[in-house]
Amino acid sequence: MTIKTEALTKKFGKITAVNELNLEVEEGEIFGLLGPNGAGKTTLISMLCTILKPTSGRAWVNGFDIVKEPGKVRKSIGIVFQQASVDDLLTGRENLALHNLLFEVPKAIRKQRINEVLAIVNLEKRADDFVNTYSGGMRRRLELARGIMHHPKILFLDEPTLGLDPQTREHIWDYIKELAQKECMTVLLTTHYMEEAEQLCDRVAIIDYGKIAALDSPDALKSRVAGDVVTIKQRIPDIESIKKLDYVMKAEDKDGLLYISIKDAGKHLQDLLSNSGPIDFVEVRRGTLNDVFLHYTGREIREAEAEGGFWERMMKR
Amino acid sequence: MSELEGIYAVWLREAKIYIREKERLISAVISPLLWIFGFGGGLGSSVQSMSGYPYQTFIYPGIMVMTVLFTSLFYGVYIIWDRKLDFLKEVLVAPVSRASVFAGKMLGGATDAMVQVVYLIIIGFFISIPFTPLVIIEAFLMLLLISIAMVSIGLVIGANLKSPEGFSLIINFVMWPMFFFSGALFPVSNLGPWLSAITFINPLTYGVDAMRGIILNINHFPIMLDVAALALFAAMMIGLGVASFKRM
Ligand SMILES: Nc1ncnc2c1ncn2[C@@H]1O[C@H](COP(=O)(O)OP(=O)(O)O)[C@@H](O)[C@H]1O
Ligand SMILES: [Mg+2]
Repeated sequence: MTIKTEALTKKFGKITAVNELNLEVEEGEIFGLLGPNGAGKTTLISMLCTILKPTSGRAWVNGFDIVKEPGKVRKSIGIVFQQASVDDLLTGRENLALHNLLFEVPKAIRKQRINEVLAIVNLEKRADDFVNTYSGGMRRRLELARGIMHHPKILFLDEPTLGLDPQTREHIWDYIKELAQKECMTVLLTTHYMEEAEQLCDRVAIIDYGKIAALDSPDALKSRVAGDVVTIKQRIPDIESIKKLDYVMKAEDKDGLLYISIKDAGKHLQDLLSNSGPIDFVEVRRGTLNDVFLHYTGREIREAEAEGGFWERMMKR
Repeated sequence: MSELEGIYAVWLREAKIYIREKERLISAVISPLLWIFGFGGGLGSSVQSMSGYPYQTFIYPGIMVMTVLFTSLFYGVYIIWDRKLDFLKEVLVAPVSRASVFAGKMLGGATDAMVQVVYLIIIGFFISIPFTPLVIIEAFLMLLLISIAMVSIGLVIGANLKSPEGFSLIINFVMWPMFFFSGALFPVSNLGPWLSAITFINPLTYGVDAMRGIILNINHFPIMLDVAALALFAAMMIGLGVASFKRM
């Protein structure tokens, strides 16, 4: 077990940010924590990387207790924080060089490591420019490069693509996947973007109010609760007879439209429609993690722009 | 070994940023100039000579101490900005002990102050301060000790506060009394019992006394007492600082 938590809890006064959370992450997997703002994702990661002490409960990272052996935990991990933490008044290369010193990369391979990671994130040409001339995406890539440069066993990524444009986001997903494979790293990432969890993660935990609501591979999660969603408009509303069909998981009437979750639309759509009476409208779509989230939490994940983008940080020292 | 590299990394970052922030470099040159020529020169034209020296020369050691005091204490505010802007997280999550992080920051602050000391020494030649190579070395080492003590106070306060405004408020309460009751501007030998009590518990008094002894040969206390008092105080502040960094 690369990461394990037992009833891990963090309280800030009255707020319980992480609530008796149990989690096990296997070696080599890309594991996603999906949840809305304020769900406790950052707090969880901060505890795992030893910059925040738990209120109660225990956790192990790479087999080391996060409270008793923080030094050993730190030697095992790399982290990309939600808030950018690269230094504006240093160049990209200088930032990486400092990281080499701080994270005990052997002297003989330092230069080579820097060039290696710069190549991976495609920042070779801008490496000697000051970071305050970088775009948001470039900073994120620099942080990513820094997080992996000392070849950590475990990489924490807190909202790695927060506030980035879709294109950059996909680039970064590719990097993360490639890296995880190449370096045999375990990756624990947090996100409130559905696509990110779906595209990137081997397993996803849905986290809400500091607790895990559901945990599985994205596909399993979707087929478990969401399946496919068929939306129809019946001339004669009859939700009850549809609910009786054995492949129907859930049926809901919203403003005259009937939202039906079924296990396999390809197989059952014909039968469903022939049981629906005359209809005016039909639409079929695959279930998404959003449906899963809705199912477990009763709320939608707000895609609205999250706390603290890079631009809040314009004031530098 | 790796702890030393950690200290070096933290210090290197501070030094690079200091050099790159032009405002900091410029104010580092200007503020001591103002004190020596504005205050020392201005007041000196109406004040009689003190202990056999022109007033400007008499307060020169005090101005050195004061410059180091201000720069060193205020350096603590950067730790608050670092935390606010998350620059510090990278360092806090590194496998480097907090004692080393503190040491790196402390040396960074001392470097800022000692750069100013170099300017001041150069200015000193122009206003005919009686320098010899030995005096310069002694003065430099003494000011380094003072700086280490004062940077540590600043870092202790900075590490325990969240807002830069709060820091300025508190640091002013620390800085001005320390400065006024240190004998930097007037000798401590002929004060009333109240004032002299405050002066004696003020660690900076010993710094000013030592500097005046080194540069002008006017000592109120034995120099070893000055050094011991400051070193003891610096050690206490470093202890407090490391403890504060551990809680960060
Ligand atoms: N330092 C803190 N002090 C007080 N409350 C905090 C602090 N950090 C986080 N919280 C609260 O804990 C909850 C979880 O926050 P966070 O872990 O940042 O969530 P997420 O990363 O999932 O958006 C939120 O309600 C937040 O306001
Ligand atoms: Mg967060």
